[in-house]
Amino acid sequence: MSFPALFERTRAAGRAAFLPYLMAGLPGPDASVELFGALDEAGADGFEIGLPYADPLMDGPVIQAAGAAAIGAGTTIDVGLRVAGEVVARFGKPCAVMTYANPILRLGIDRFCGRAADAGVSALIVADLPVDEAAPFVAGAARRGIGMVLFAAPTTSDARLQAVVEAGPVFIYGVAEMGVTGERAAASEWAAGMAARVRAVTGLPLAFGVGIATPQAAAEAAAVADGVIVGTALVRRVLEAPNPAAAARSLREAGAAFAASMMRRPGASQPV
Amino acid sequence: MTMDRPDQRGRFGEYGGRFAPETLMPALAELEGAFEEARRDPSFRARLDGLLADYAGRPTPLYETERLSEELGIRVLLKREDLLHTGAHKINNTIGQGLLAQRMGKPRLIAETGAGQHGVATATAAALFGMECAVYMGTVDIERQALNVDRMEMLGATVIPVTSGAGTLKDAVSAAMRDWVATVAGTHYIIGSVVGPHPFPWIVREFQRVIGEETIAQLAGRVPDVVAACVGGGSNAMGMFYPFAGTGPDLVGVEAGGRGIASGEHGASLVAGTPGVLHGAFTYLLQDEEGQIREAHSVSAGLDYPGVGPEHSYFHDAGIARYVSVTDDEALGGLDLLARTEGIIPALEPAHVIAWLARERAELAGKTVVVCLSGRGDKDVEHVARIRGRK
Repeated sequence: MSFPALFERTRAAGRAAFLPYLMAGLPGPDASVELFGALDEAGADGFEIGLPYADPLMDGPVIQAAGAAAIGAGTTIDVGLRVAGEVVARFGKPCAVMTYANPILRLGIDRFCGRAADAGVSALIVADLPVDEAAPFVAGAARRGIGMVLFAAPTTSDARLQAVVEAGPVFIYGVAEMGVTGERAAASEWAAGMAARVRAVTGLPLAFGVGIATPQAAAEAAAVADGVIVGTALVRRVLEAPNPAAAARSLREAGAAFAASMMRRPGASQPV
Repeated sequence: MTMDRPDQRGRFGEYGGRFAPETLMPALAELEGAFEEARRDPSFRARLDGLLADYAGRPTPLYETERLSEELGIRVLLKREDLLHTGAHKINNTIGQGLLAQRMGKPRLIAETGAGQHGVATATAAALFGMECAVYMGTVDIERQALNVDRMEMLGATVIPVTSGAGTLKDAVSAAMRDWVATVAGTHYIIGSVVGPHPFPWIVREFQRVIGEETIAQLAGRVPDVVAACVGGGSNAMGMFYPFAGTGPDLVGVEAGGRGIASGEHGASLVAGTPGVLHGAFTYLLQDEEGQIREAHSVSAGLDYPGVGPEHSYFHDAGIARYVSVTDDEALGGLDLLARTEGIIPALEPAHVIAWLARERAELAGKTVVVCLSGRGDKDVEHVARIRGRK
């Protein structure tokens, strides 16, 4: 299934899509596929699969540590894309891969997108790629039938938002917090306002991520968005688990709570 | 041809750009706008020039060495940036960017530092302008540049240890950028070199070009054969090279050869690297086949960086400047040579340039060479003593 089809379905069902993030290759390549399986069972609607990068500017300490551990466990780009391919094949849900610009440029945008497409990846998220630098990535991904995800942050002006929409992303990643990835105690104070600004200029799906750490915060985001991305709160469970089986149990439990928070409350503002 | 300023996309040729998280993009645009306005504002220029003269100690002398010139058979002139307040060229940039931050109404400054010179210069500007200051510094550098940590704290700055990666300059830049993503509304990030996303490489070059412009004026029409400077990120070199480009001299950037290029343990991005994206810019850098950034190595904390300013990448490809490398051991020899012939203890960074002169003395015989002596060696005394104690 593609992301547009997924969001159409979840919109029709009056809820947001739960899109958990895990790092490919953590704790090992095969084990990480099983952990995505645990989140599949917990009710994930799609997946964001991190391809580890050693200098992740947009990530806080938990995902930094996860990336370093995955690289240490031998997770190359090829291994990461193999994990993505198995996740797509086994669970049949749309998958986005998330990484940084340099590994893609090193391989070449076309080669990278070709390999990602062969793995069945639907979308590409590049954390240090603003719309200003995105054109060759959007074009290269489109040639392989992959959608680019572009960002809107609390600081993004309406003019920049317009440029993001015109670049043709498959969905918009709303950065819910000022700062890098991590767990925040409170729900985003920005989400509702940003969602309204995005809705005013486009019908493109909007998924919020960054800082969403609890089912309560996820429910707040789900009230105004088409999707909710939860990363650090889940990756931390993988890092803290004594073994992969314990990590899977922990993810099943946490994942189910997040999945249950995706229903929109009656009266909440609806996407157009 | 040099570029007066980068193009619309923030590129020098194909290098540069803005590979930054979306959250920072409006701040980068705001900074570009503020700098555009400030550079056209005579009162800003007057304030900056006044502080550079009366506070920082500009103009710095252009000193013609006697014993070193005689020893090497090269006529060596030193641009004495080491005599500036705080001991290095870094203060040219931090006073300029501090004034910009003040103009933008941002009360907090952050910086990264490797050798500690940029951190000290930023902490100094923060004290001067009454601003809050936090400096990110890798734990390895905190160890080898302890004196500068004490100086920053004495100046009222908070030094935040960075443990990620190898605990050196690259990791400190990443940590400072992460801080900025969260605090951008009230914080200005004073990046310490001609690196980072546009407009930083351009702004830092504009604040450092005073080095080359002053040198040209001091030469009073004489044209040297060679102008040489060390290159980590490359701010002292760009400040020196940019005004000289196209006027005749060979421009030579000296990178950190570390334990030798063949060892893989070095900081020579232009001599031995390939283009990619690091800290927001497309530029030459040290990376593996997977596009993971490799750790740099240099005896000098200021050159221990796996990337280089994008304008240097442009100068490299366009043949405007050429780039060479000098090993750790050679650089230590360069420090001794200058100390013993001239009574000047250079920082380990420009000691690389002195070492290059000594190594290439046959080729350079009889020529006139201007060296940017970017900083003084006080900060390295303990580090060098420790290295020698182990030997």
